[in-house]
Amino acid sequence: MLKFLAKGLLRDRSRSLFPIMIIATGVIFTVLMYSWMMGFSTMFIRENARFETGHVKIVTRAYNELIDQKPYDLGLMNVTEKIDMLTNEYPQMHWQPRIYFGGLLDLPDENGETLSQGEVIGFGVDLFSDSFELELLNLNEALSNGNLPFKQGEILISQEIADKLGININDKVTIIGSTMYGSMAMNNFTVCGMVRFGVQAMDRGAVIVDISDVRWFLDMEDSASEILGFLPEYKEKPTLEIADVFNAKYNDENDEFSDIMLPLRKQSNMEFMLDTMDDRLGMFIFVFIFIMSLVLWNSGLMNGIRRYGEIGVRLAIGESKGHIYRSLILESILIGIAATIIGTAIGLVFSYLLQYKGFDMGSLMKDAEIIMGSTMRAQVTPVSYYIGFIPGVIASVIGAIFSGIEIYKRNTAQLFKELET
Amino acid sequence: MRKIFIIISLLIAITLFAEFPDGNELIRKVDDNMYSKNAVSTSRMIVHGRRGSRTMEIKSWAEGENRSFSEYLSPPRDAGTKMLKLEDKLWIYNPSSDRTIQISGHMLRQSMMGSDLSYEDMMEENELIKIYNAEVTEEEIINERDCWIVLLTAKVEDAAYQTKKVWIDKERYLPLREERFGKSGKLLKTTEIKEVFRIGKRWYPKNMVFKDVLKKGKGTEFIIDSIEFDVEIPESRFSKAALRK
Repeated sequence: MLKFLAKGLLRDRSRSLFPIMIIATGVIFTVLMYSWMMGFSTMFIRENARFETGHVKIVTRAYNELIDQKPYDLGLMNVTEKIDMLTNEYPQMHWQPRIYFGGLLDLPDENGETLSQGEVIGFGVDLFSDSFELELLNLNEALSNGNLPFKQGEILISQEIADKLGININDKVTIIGSTMYGSMAMNNFTVCGMVRFGVQAMDRGAVIVDISDVRWFLDMEDSASEILGFLPEYKEKPTLEIADVFNAKYNDENDEFSDIMLPLRKQSNMEFMLDTMDDRLGMFIFVFIFIMSLVLWNSGLMNGIRRYGEIGVRLAIGESKGHIYRSLILESILIGIAATIIGTAIGLVFSYLLQYKGFDMGSLMKDAEIIMGSTMRAQVTPVSYYIGFIPGVIASVIGAIFSGIEIYKRNTAQLFKELET
Repeated sequence: MRKIFIIISLLIAITLFAEFPDGNELIRKVDDNMYSKNAVSTSRMIVHGRRGSRTMEIKSWAEGENRSFSEYLSPPRDAGTKMLKLEDKLWIYNPSSDRTIQISGHMLRQSMMGSDLSYEDMMEENELIKIYNAEVTEEEIINERDCWIVLLTAKVEDAAYQTKKVWIDKERYLPLREERFGKSGKLLKTTEIKEVFRIGKRWYPKNMVFKDVLKKGKGTEFIIDSIEFDVEIPESRFSKAALRK
């Protein structure tokens, strides 16, 4: 039966060509859109985890209340002891202390007077113990000028702020901020390199210093703003479970400086963003199925008119209406599968192209506050290979189901009269 | 009967009204009491933060309203930090970086050394009469002292606070309590004098508590350990060169 129908479709291309083209086009868009959204979602999670959220993050309850302001004066203390404890309890995870601070970067002239000055966002990260932060922040690739810090007292500044303030490699700059206890803090650093992350929120004014320098500068001995935790690979469920267990044990509602663990999903509006992305994908697939079904219903009706005679003959020679209806649906399944295979193949080609080449959206994101790379890439996942089958086959079948109903409206008493004409 | 009632009411009203002194005259007397030609003082600033208290010891030299110099003597981390105010400019010298930075723009609104005071508070014109119009609105007893409650409204555009409500000691002309409001009418800071002392003819605050109501914490205590008025201060004290000495 299948072989018979397949031969029919191949030999009479007018039955299959138009529906295949329509469905394949839709499948191309579905595969491309899915891969694009997967790429966006993965990049969004990865970039935020690297720069901001970790897979989980530990802060004090007081810090968490004002977390958008990054109040390092309410940060964690006894960090070495805490990291030892975390490493024991969660050996599969990597823990990284960070200090975020705001300040003014001041470039002096030869007399020590201010030559230029600009606001900066400081990152105190562990640059010397191991290469974890270097890889996490992708510093080797982000380096646009000079070298990475290799000794204390050296600072990396964003290329944008260097250009704006006229700072060169080896210039001495002063960072002005306030200590953990609120006193004014000033410290001189030597500019060893400049970085460009491709993340607008960072490129506008980030400076990166080793955490030991920042601890001394901000009077934060063995303290940190946050401790970020990273799994070998991000998976949402384990992060939620780890956070629940940790908080049940260490989060004390009566102590504003007790520790609280925040999983990635619960930070920085991430939950809303991730849910919105899932909703958008679901909505896109639904809209695609709906529109394709309408188009294919219409196409089926037109096909029914074209095959009016053929169906009449089949009815006249005794084939039941149900059998014809089922064969049309089976045909639609074959068309759907064929079109989906073609559409998926083309969609994957475009998706892989976008995965490797990327698409620079920097000009669209120059004022964006979210942490996001300016080069967007698609990501082909195993799902990309079969996501097209859902709308492709369903739309084709729904189209056939509706258009095929017309068969039941044929009056067999009129058949021979119709065939004579 | 009705005429007698109206006359009595008028007399009472006039009597009550007459009891309130002229606000501007009152703050002029406050200025006369509080401000001298020059002064040298040693004080302690205790910042009561959310994570405990921190004490800083400061030596200050002030000449009139427009020139002042202060040096932080302790704790060790802050020792050697110096501030110079000349007219409407403020410089800070930090010994560890050996840099002098002028504080301007939005930095003026930041906390001074972690206290409840901002640099802008420090820069504010000392003489009330030059910035505010005053109106006595009520009287009240606070800390067992009779006070006038005076509403100060800024008459200059660049005032740090649009309005202030001040409780002025009727005899000593000291602002025992102060509430400072922003342009929106929101209460921003409070000041309270906890202890006073007499030096010559003046009454002067010994212990004051400043509170930034937008900040959590128990405020900043300012204790004057010693003060000398009308002493000779060398001109070189109020120079940028003095910051690095």
